[in-house]
Amino acid sequence: MDVLSWDGTISSREFRVAVRAFAERWKESNPDFPPWTWVPSAKRHPGLTSNQIDGYLTLERLCLTESTEKDIPFQEDSYEVTQVEKEETASFEEEDPADNATLVERHSFGVHYYDFHLVHSASYRVPVLFFRAYTTDGQPLVLDEIEKDLPASSAEILLESKWTFITQEDHPHLNRPWYKLHPCGTSEWMKLLFQSDTSMANKGVAIELYIVSWLSVVGQVFGLRIPSKLLNYRD
Amino acid sequence: MNKEARNFVWEGAIPLQIHLHESQVTTVPPPPPALILAPRLGYLPLLASQIKPHFSSTLPPVVDTIWFEYKGLPLKWYIPTGVLFDLLCAEPERPWNLTVHFRGYPGNVLTPCEGEDSIKWSLINSLKEAAYIINGNSKNVMNMSQADQVELWRSVVSGNLEVYARVSSKLKLGIVSDEYTANSNLSSARSGQFVDETDISGQDKAGRVPVRLYVWSVSEDIDDSEDAPPIDTWDKISYINQPVEIQEGKYFTLHDAVKSLLPEYFQGSFLIDEESTRVQGEDEQRDSSEEASSNKIAEDGVEILCEHTKSCQKSDNAEIKLVRIQGALQTPLCHTALKTIKYHVKASKIPKNLGCSGRAKPMTKRL
Repeated sequence: MDVLSWDGTISSREFRVAVRAFAERWKESNPDFPPWTWVPSAKRHPGLTSNQIDGYLTLERLCLTESTEKDIPFQEDSYEVTQVEKEETASFEEEDPADNATLVERHSFGVHYYDFHLVHSASYRVPVLFFRAYTTDGQPLVLDEIEKDLPASSAEILLESKWTFITQEDHPHLNRPWYKLHPCGTSEWMKLLFQSDTSMANKGVAIELYIVSWLSVVGQVFGLRIPSKLLNYRD
Repeated sequence: MNKEARNFVWEGAIPLQIHLHESQVTTVPPPPPALILAPRLGYLPLLASQIKPHFSSTLPPVVDTIWFEYKGLPLKWYIPTGVLFDLLCAEPERPWNLTVHFRGYPGNVLTPCEGEDSIKWSLINSLKEAAYIINGNSKNVMNMSQADQVELWRSVVSGNLEVYARVSSKLKLGIVSDEYTANSNLSSARSGQFVDETDISGQDKAGRVPVRLYVWSVSEDIDDSEDAPPIDTWDKISYINQPVEIQEGKYFTLHDAVKSLLPEYFQGSFLIDEESTRVQGEDEQRDSSEEASSNKIAEDGVEILCEHTKSCQKSDNAEIKLVRIQGALQTPLCHTALKTIKYHVKASKIPKNLGCSGRAKPMTKRL
């Protein structure tokens, strides 16, 4: 596909190809990071088999803290910290009553867990990021609390445009309230992003790079960084 | 969509009998239920100003967000009342008995509703989404002036179609028109005072139409839709928010749209028998509007292209029968997409039952 005539959107079929490519590449490059997982959805006509395999890509129980270290989990040079967080997650899952003291202490540090879901929007023909956040004891965070976790630049945008930036809407597959980043501008900046890529100007649009490019932008809202070697995938 | 049909849709209403939840009753005897006529295109929380005074003598001093439930299911406030009714009331009850709460908002099930503003922005976001589907961008909605935004919203709240038609025409949200719609609109567009968006884009021959479809699947084998167990969780509802593609020169019907969204149910062909084709009397105005559309098709000599057979034979041998249809599947999509439709499908061999309620996005619905 010629990048100049491309409108920045992808079909649901291309989305499935792109997220699979992304998840595999992610696992290969970063075996120590938590993996992205494809969740097939039964939302269409439960009980009946469907030809169309619908679903979404998830990364769950990612640890963000209220401290300045919030961008660490995705930094390339932070394997150590990531490991520590993985252990925290594990110990939380195995929690028992005797562990209370530790939990309270950890809670006082404001550990917040984030679930990220990548869903394809048939209306906008782009990926949409749905997310939720909760504390170690499972209490969901409201938007005001989430904003405190975000980098200052994101907080400013939120302030200016409360309704167009992050909205709370029903998760299209789970039928429950989740937060989402509004996708109405996505195709525009994805087009610009791909046009600025000289390799794509020559070789055409690389659908398998769509998700990693997209996430490198929307991840900034949470201070998430994509390891640079993922971005150089094609070479 | 012609003026008459549009009026019928806008005038559609459902009689509600609203009971205050017992946990919020502070007087003996409990207050009598409130009787309210709710616009089909309206949203339940907008009825608060009528409901609150009715229960004012018994409400606790501090009240919180208003929310509604039907047989234990908290109702999503951003779904128009008419769609909720068609979806959840297998056998339409009149008046529709709802329970209102002023405390204990179930935030794990319902998105927060901070009053009228939340509903307004939900509508505008839907407008943006629909604009993107139709025009490939949301600019006309994003650039709407503050005054127009307020006026548009007021027209929805007050059910003023004239104002809505005037303001929304600036958004250029005309969905693609097929020839039949274009022809049938000629006379009314000339004489009518409404700007009909389908005429604006009448030359376009292909495009996407926003559709939101709520599907209720019932796993028990039942003979009659009134035997269906009440929906106690939204997990039983599938939500399909997916535009349908309209092809050049093709007479595109509601049947075609549903078929493209739910191909599983249309692998064979489909029969709409005499009884099920009969439009159910949800309310008289809607009946008339359906007939108006059908008559128009007849006058224009349009061949009904949908092929209907006795039943739909699924690949896994489930036989699916239509138990009831509300809304005629052979109506052009540009007409019917603007109304709430509903039909139930019955499966006999493999216990499978499905009810379905669909609607266009709010703004195309009101074109």
